[in-house]
Order: sequence, then C-alpha cells, then structure tokens
Amino acid sequence: MAMSTPNAGNHPDALADDIVLRADNLRTHFIMGARAAKSVDGVTLTVRRGQTLAVVGESGSGKSVTSLSIMRLLAHPGRIVGGRLLYRMRDGGVVDLATLSDKRMRAIRGKEIAMIFQEPMTSLNPLYTVGDQIMEMIRLHEPVDRHEARTRARRMLELVEIPAPDKRLDQYPHEMSGGMRQRVMIALALACNPALLIADEPTTALDVTIQAQILDLMRRLQREIGMSILFVTHNLGVVAEIAHEVAVMYAGRVVEQAPVHDLFARPRHPYTKGLLACIPDAKRDRADDGTRKMLNPIPGSVPSVLALPAGCAFAPRCPLAEPHCETAPPELLNASPEHLTRCWRHELL
Amino acid sequence: MAAASASSVDSPRISTLILQRKTLAIGLAIIVVITLLAVLAPLIAPYAPGKLSIVNRLKPPSATWFFGTDEFGRDIFSRTIYAGQLSLLVGAAATALAATVGITLGLVAGFFRKADGIVSRIIDAMMAFPDILLAIALVAALGPSLATVIVALGVVYAPRLARVVRASTLVIRELPYVEAARALGVPTWRIMTRHVLRNLVSPILVQATFIFAYAMLAEAGLSFLGVGVSPEIPTWGTMIAAGRQYVGQADWMTIFPGLAIILTVLSLQLVGDGLRDLLDPRLRKDL
Repeated sequence: MAMSTPNAGNHPDALADDIVLRADNLRTHFIMGARAAKSVDGVTLTVRRGQTLAVVGESGSGKSVTSLSIMRLLAHPGRIVGGRLLYRMRDGGVVDLATLSDKRMRAIRGKEIAMIFQEPMTSLNPLYTVGDQIMEMIRLHEPVDRHEARTRARRMLELVEIPAPDKRLDQYPHEMSGGMRQRVMIALALACNPALLIADEPTTALDVTIQAQILDLMRRLQREIGMSILFVTHNLGVVAEIAHEVAVMYAGRVVEQAPVHDLFARPRHPYTKGLLACIPDAKRDRADDGTRKMLNPIPGSVPSVLALPAGCAFAPRCPLAEPHCETAPPELLNASPEHLTRCWRHELL
Repeated sequence: MAAASASSVDSPRISTLILQRKTLAIGLAIIVVITLLAVLAPLIAPYAPGKLSIVNRLKPPSATWFFGTDEFGRDIFSRTIYAGQLSLLVGAAATALAATVGITLGLVAGFFRKADGIVSRIIDAMMAFPDILLAIALVAALGPSLATVIVALGVVYAPRLARVVRASTLVIRELPYVEAARALGVPTWRIMTRHVLRNLVSPILVQATFIFAYAMLAEAGLSFLGVGVSPEIPTWGTMIAAGRQYVGQADWMTIFPGLAIILTVLSLQLVGDGLRDLLDPRLRKDL
C-alpha cells in the first residue's frame, strides 16, 4: 500500500493553538485473518477550537469508524494501525489518542471528549431514570455528592431546554419522545464540560422539525460553552446549517476539507462536486416545459474497502480521471490556504 | 425487586400480575406453605424428629402419627417437616453458589473475548456430564458431608447460569446504551454490573428457580444413593433411602418424603414457568 505523507514538514507533536484535534494520516483497519478491511486509510482532518467540523460521506466511507477511532471504542477486530490523533487537553497538554493507555483514555471519555449517537431511542438505559444516568456521569468524573450531582443534572436539563426538569429527572427514558431523549443525551454528554463533542448522526433518526430544534440547540450550546463539535452526517443540508468547516470522506479517506462556504461555492474535488449535484433542487431539476428531469447520480459505486484501487479511489468513477490518477494516490494538496483536496486535477474544477 | 419496580411505573401492581397467573400463584402458595412448615417445624412437629419409640415401630398413618412411624418408631410427619429444613437449605445454598459462580463466569465470558474461549469450553465440558454423575464424582473426591453436597451441586449447576448470562451479555454488550455509556467514560466493571447485570435480573431469577428444583432433586438422589449427607441426618433423600428396605411392609416411610419432594419440585417448576411468562415482555399479553 503506497502511503501519502501529508504535512510532512510538521514537528511530531506540534499543534497550533486554535486546534483541538488533528488526525494525521489515521489508518484503522478491521483485520480478519489475512484480509484487512481498510475502513479508514489515511484520514487527515483538523477540528478548531469552538468550531464545528462536519464529516460527510456516504455509508461505508469511514466517517463513523473515524469517530470511534478518536474515542478508541472500536469493536474487535478493528484496530488503529497507523497515524496519529493529536488532541489538546483542557489543561493545554497535547496527547496522541492513538497510543494513549486504556486507563487514561477512559478518563478522557466523557470529561474531555464526549460522544452522542444516532439512536436516541436506545442510547439511554431503560432501567434507570434520566436523572440517575446524568448523575452517574457527573459522579464518575468529579468528586461531588448526590445532592450536588442532582442539582447539576437539573441544571443540565434546563440547559438543553427540557421543560419541568425536576419532574423529568425522575422519569424513565420510555416516558420521553425521541427529540426529548436526544436532548437528554446531549445533557449527558455535556455534563462534564467536554472540550470536544463528537456527534455521530445525532439528528438522523429524528423528524425534520425536531432535527432543526436539535441543531439550534447544539449551535446555542456551542456559543455558550465554547466546545468544538465533530459532526458526522450524510446530510448536506444539515452540514450547511451547522458546520464551520467540512471534511468530505470517500472510501476511508478525507478527500477534501474546507470552510463550509468555500466548499459549497466551489468544491475542489470531483466527488464533492458530484455529491452536491445529487441534491434534488426543485428549480434546477425542472425542464423549461415543467417536466421533471432526472437527478444526477455519480456513476458507478464505492470500491470495497477490502480491495481499494492502487491510485485515487475515486478515479474509476471520476469524469476528470487520467491515467496518472489510476496509479498514484493523490496527496492532500492545498487548493487555497484553507482548502485541502486530494485530487491531482483540482485546478480544473 | 428493584428491576420489577422500574418496569411497573405504568403497569398493574406486581401482586395483581402474580395473581393473574394461576400457575405462578399456586406454585408460590405451595412453596410458602412448605417453607413455613419446615421453618416452624419445632413448633408444629408433634414429636422430636429423633425420638425413638421401639414399641410403636412401623405403625401406619393414623391420628396419632399422621404419616406413620419408621423402623425405630420415629414419627414420619415430624421427620418430614424437619427434613424440609435441610433439603431447602441445601437447595438454596447450592443455588446461591451456582448463581455466584455462574453469573461471574457468564459476565466474564460475555464481556472479554479472550476469556470467552476458555470459559465457554469449560462450561461445555461440564455440561457434557450427566448432573448426578458429576455431583457423585465431586462428592467422592471431596468426602461426603453437608457442605460438600452443597459445593458439588453448586458447581454442577453453575454452568447453566453461566450460559444464560453469557448469551444475554453478548446481546446487551452491543446495545447502543452500553456503547453510549462507554463513550461517556463509564468503566467496564461498572458497565458490567450496572448496565448489563441489572438487565439480566429476570432470566437469572427464572433460571435460579429451576436450579433450586434440580438441586433439591439431586440432593435427594445423592442421599438416596448414600453419597450425600450422612444417613443419620434426616433429609427427604435419606428418609427415602431408609424406607427402601421396608417398602413392602411400610410404604408410608417412602411415600411421604417422596410426596414432599414431588410437591416442592413441582411448585418450584410452576414458579419458574410463571416467572418466565411474567418477566418476558413478549409473553405478556396484558401490556
């Protein structure tokens, strides 16, 4: 496997002040005997302080595996086989999450980095009251008594705009709606003031109005608390709503990272361009005589992570591909100072 | 039970649920009566269990001796209810031991992939032996006594619980809320006890009830075969063993302790079945 070496000039542990997390050529493989599913194979991305980085990509592109790698919650046989995950702790120290001991990692989960998941209906333990679960979380990480923990749990419910928090504290998850439970999950995740919140498709299971409310809430909390968010989604509409920056993933790699406006205005990777063209648009997709036109899907399908092509993984589907693309995997190139792309031919876009 | 109260917030009271299930209610009633008889034996028994009365040997059941007398003239009724103390004690202690060992093994096997291979093979190997044979071997190796019988039966039945716990742990371990708990920094042992074990209360309870019944039956079997508790100690098994020689002349010596075993085991099975129906939401029709 030929490897690219992005940002080769950087010092090993250097992390600019405004950066909370940087994945450097992260590689997470699922090893089954002689075969390896290269679910994440060279992910490089940066999350800035107080900002939201949206990670987009289709199913199987490696976005969830990337977030689970950061949390070090990979299920067997998944393993981080290479790369670094530099994280700036709240006290300013920089650690490499990829190699941290399990014990230190456990102290980071929840306190430094928290995660919320897609399924609000099942992410809470049905046997405990909501208050119990938030209090457990607080008392695990901080030496406070039950009374103090309860006061804080109540404050957390207020923070996520749950009405009648005193009553809600003593309710079980099944007594709440999906949107309410996702609010509780957010309260749970933020209970110990993490510096980074990883949200893995937190709104996918919710209907659109609730989705909008949750996004509003997350934006407001970010302003108030100042945490950074790594927001995993496949919904470009949600990206436009919440993200400051976007990282687009394809076949286990980040193919493009850019500020959200730049990316939507001028995508510098043919895959991103294809993705944007796939979004239905009532105006654009209607011919002059009023009949509906076909959508513009990207031809072909994603290569299997068990057999990635030697060169650019997108080359077989790419309208711009030339012979060079099939053999040499593109490095992460600067299309502009803030706009990174993994395309040899980005200047044509 | 904490788990039951958690699920009964909007559902009918637990007593109503039990009474609605005839098998569970009948089983529980019989168990309660038998336990009371055994516990209150000193108050109820008309004679001391060891009181000899050679002139009254092998008397048939009558108003004086409800269940008749044995070859030494001892009152079978008194002995039967006294024996209940030990039989129930052995059953309960063996079940408690089986539960402790089985739950621990099951959780470890279900949680740690590396341990699973070894633990599961040991469980399989133990389940391959017929219960009674394994128990006999263990008692023979450890030397017969009340404690050995309890240990042997506990060891024999632990794999049954371990299997149930392991299988359920494998399922629960993958549930989103367990992953969510891990993502929030909850340590493994806490996930095991607070998040997984709490969810296993009902299958464990059901399985433990059955193990109680099997253990009592096995204890009687061991005592009958002479490898259990010493023959002087009255348990239902030793009483049947003693009555064996007189079965032609005095069948009441075997019939009554036998009935006690049958009733107890049957009622435990009824309770087990009833609990399973009550605690398994898929079998509950009233929700």
